[in-house]
Amino acid sequence: MTAQANLSSDKKSPPAILEWMKENLFTPWYNAVITVALAALIFVVLRALFRWALYEAKWEVVLVNLRLFAVGPYPEEAFWRIWVALGLVGALAGLSWGAWGGRNWAPSVVAGVLGAIVLVLPASPNVKWPLIGVLAAFILTHVASMGRSRLQRPLVWGWVLSFFVILVLLKGLGGSQVLADVPTSKWGGLLLTVLLALIAIVASFPLGVLLALGRRSELPVVKLFSILYIETVRGVPLVTVLWASAIILPLFFPKGVRVDNLIRAMVGMTLFSAAYLAENVRGGLQGVPRGQYEAAYALGLNYYQAMRHIILPQALRAVIPAIVGQFIGLFKDTTLVAIVGLLELLGIALSVIAQPEFIGLQREVFIFIAAIYWVFTYAMSYSSRRLEARLGVGTR
Amino acid sequence: MATLPVTEHTRPPFWRDERVLTVIAQIIFLVVVVLVFTYLYNNVQEGLRARGLTGGYGFLQQRAGFDIGESLIPYTSDDSYGRAFVVGILNTLKVSLVGILFATLLGLLSGIARLSPNWLLRTLVSAYIEIIRNTPLLVQLFFWYMAVMLKFPRVRQAVQLPGPVYLSNRGIAIPWLQPQAGFPVWVGFVVAGVVVGLVVAKWRARYEERTGQSGYPIVAALGTWVVFVLVGWLIAPGTPASVTRPELVGLNFQGGTRMTPEFAALFTGLVVYTGAFIAEIVRGGILAVSKGQREAAKALGLNDVQMMRYIILPQALRIIIPPLTSQYLNLTKNSSLAVFIGYPDLFFVAGTVLNQTGKSLEVISLVMASYLTFSLFTSLFMNWYNQKVKLVER
Repeated sequence: MTAQANLSSDKKSPPAILEWMKENLFTPWYNAVITVALAALIFVVLRALFRWALYEAKWEVVLVNLRLFAVGPYPEEAFWRIWVALGLVGALAGLSWGAWGGRNWAPSVVAGVLGAIVLVLPASPNVKWPLIGVLAAFILTHVASMGRSRLQRPLVWGWVLSFFVILVLLKGLGGSQVLADVPTSKWGGLLLTVLLALIAIVASFPLGVLLALGRRSELPVVKLFSILYIETVRGVPLVTVLWASAIILPLFFPKGVRVDNLIRAMVGMTLFSAAYLAENVRGGLQGVPRGQYEAAYALGLNYYQAMRHIILPQALRAVIPAIVGQFIGLFKDTTLVAIVGLLELLGIALSVIAQPEFIGLQREVFIFIAAIYWVFTYAMSYSSRRLEARLGVGTR
Repeated sequence: MATLPVTEHTRPPFWRDERVLTVIAQIIFLVVVVLVFTYLYNNVQEGLRARGLTGGYGFLQQRAGFDIGESLIPYTSDDSYGRAFVVGILNTLKVSLVGILFATLLGLLSGIARLSPNWLLRTLVSAYIEIIRNTPLLVQLFFWYMAVMLKFPRVRQAVQLPGPVYLSNRGIAIPWLQPQAGFPVWVGFVVAGVVVGLVVAKWRARYEERTGQSGYPIVAALGTWVVFVLVGWLIAPGTPASVTRPELVGLNFQGGTRMTPEFAALFTGLVVYTGAFIAEIVRGGILAVSKGQREAAKALGLNDVQMMRYIILPQALRIIIPPLTSQYLNLTKNSSLAVFIGYPDLFFVAGTVLNQTGKSLEVISLVMASYLTFSLFTSLFMNWYNQKVKLVER
């Protein structure tokens, strides 16, 4: 492990690299054997991989369909709305980084470098300039808000509000000229993947907190109901929940009401996610010391007041990393909505390889979308680890 | 000290009496839940009637009329829907059990390898874990199915590996045991060997506890079992089983057994994915054993293997088992993704049955009940095991 790796650098030996190799690769003798065998294996595999990726793979299938992968069949004349939404997110991210991150220029510098790279890349101006605009929004708001921790509370509400603003922006309003309605069947690609995961986690939050409180409630009926719900949902696979919601949901409504496919998928994901969220929140609730409950009741607070002002703020802060982890899981699980025929990233990939001109190019397409998922989830889990260290969960 | 005047205890009015309030709150909650469910249930019934569908599980006895690609029990399209369900359940159990076994092995090896002092090995394993854990399982399954299994050459040009194992786009053909006349007798000996082996293990363990001398319970038990297997092989009439090797005859393989591309893809995907998660659990469990335990073991003069066997692993196991249980459950539940690549598991069969009969509520309830049962039994078994290894505090 790292501890052992560090040890070797402490010893003073002139050729550090050779010493390091000896310590970490060739001691004792069987490690030398493992190293040589693995190196040979890695060399053969990597050579084959590079050969394939550079000479045989037909990456045109990705380049030609880049827009489909990004937003699916979203109408081109409404693209500006996506850019405005991204700009909003960029500005909020800049403000948040400024408010929480203290006086640290690094994020702005990184964003500036990214902007410069975008500027010199031979991208179409329809993508280049909006992208630079988003980065500019980030830099401006970040610089303006650096170190202003007063902004933290309004920003939380800003994020919540922006979620609904963005949804309206993307969906449009029926009958409006500027914001013409975009049917959800036209949503797709990475855009839909991100939205599905976000909507599911946001919508399942209130339900999950209620279920967690219910499971710890002293009222037996409420407790039993919560336990039944949580354990049933956690005991069955997500596909069956999605499938059940897709089949049963239309039956719940009186005849003639048509339920949108996206809504069916979202209801399924929300109901599913709520059960897992409830268990995470319950963990947080159990982590709040009993003295806090007793103190709250001793002050004469009733159940609602005690939860609202004393218990939940402490419990929820402790479970932020767990909720981020759950969001990462949901992000990966959005792939399953293909079962109700939605065109999120995987759905788009499947429709691309079904086209006759791209036949036989499954490897290229799957590797490409796997890379996209990887970048997103790895970035999220990395930042969640940073966040965890920052919040000091487990060290207080 | 002045005593307070003793007043008669008066009950507060009932709307401020907490005991009454909690009961009222629960009654209201119950009424709301019942009302909502009745409303939804009535809507569903009406909707089903409007679509001309009636309820009841009677359809399970009707003729299914569809074929299933692979089955552990004899099945034809003339069999009933009920039997089709059983075929699906068995297929789910098959891929889950084999998957759990191999995922545990892969996870255990990877978890230990990630702690290896060999930099190259642990970096390689870390790369495997980080890549697999951060991409969706369904994308991996599609990759294994469409970009690996179906990309193998045709049967005639099948890739031959030693064994012989043939890789072709019709699946993977491997050598297999062909039961002969004496097979049941031999199986009896194998089972008896397991029982006697367990008894021997217990006896040797007790000896070890009593005397402090090494009793080698595991070695003794394995030895006993091997003796039973060998003796059974000799005693059974004829040869109990023969190994048959796959051979290319015409356009297909004969002999051995063939894994369909669907099974092979699902199995590989589940094992590789779950193995990465188990590896992290194993690593975490080993690291969680406190440093003092290692130092104490060293101070007692134990060597590395003894330290692992007697000090680290027994303690790590306690930390590993609860999260391991949830990984086993996840693997079983994730096997339902088979529906996307066409392996006829429970969920796939249920989908076909639902399409043919339209009995949505019945089919969905059957599927959910089956998965809940799997989850329940896995939890029960693992809880029992957890009880066995958990710390006995004095």
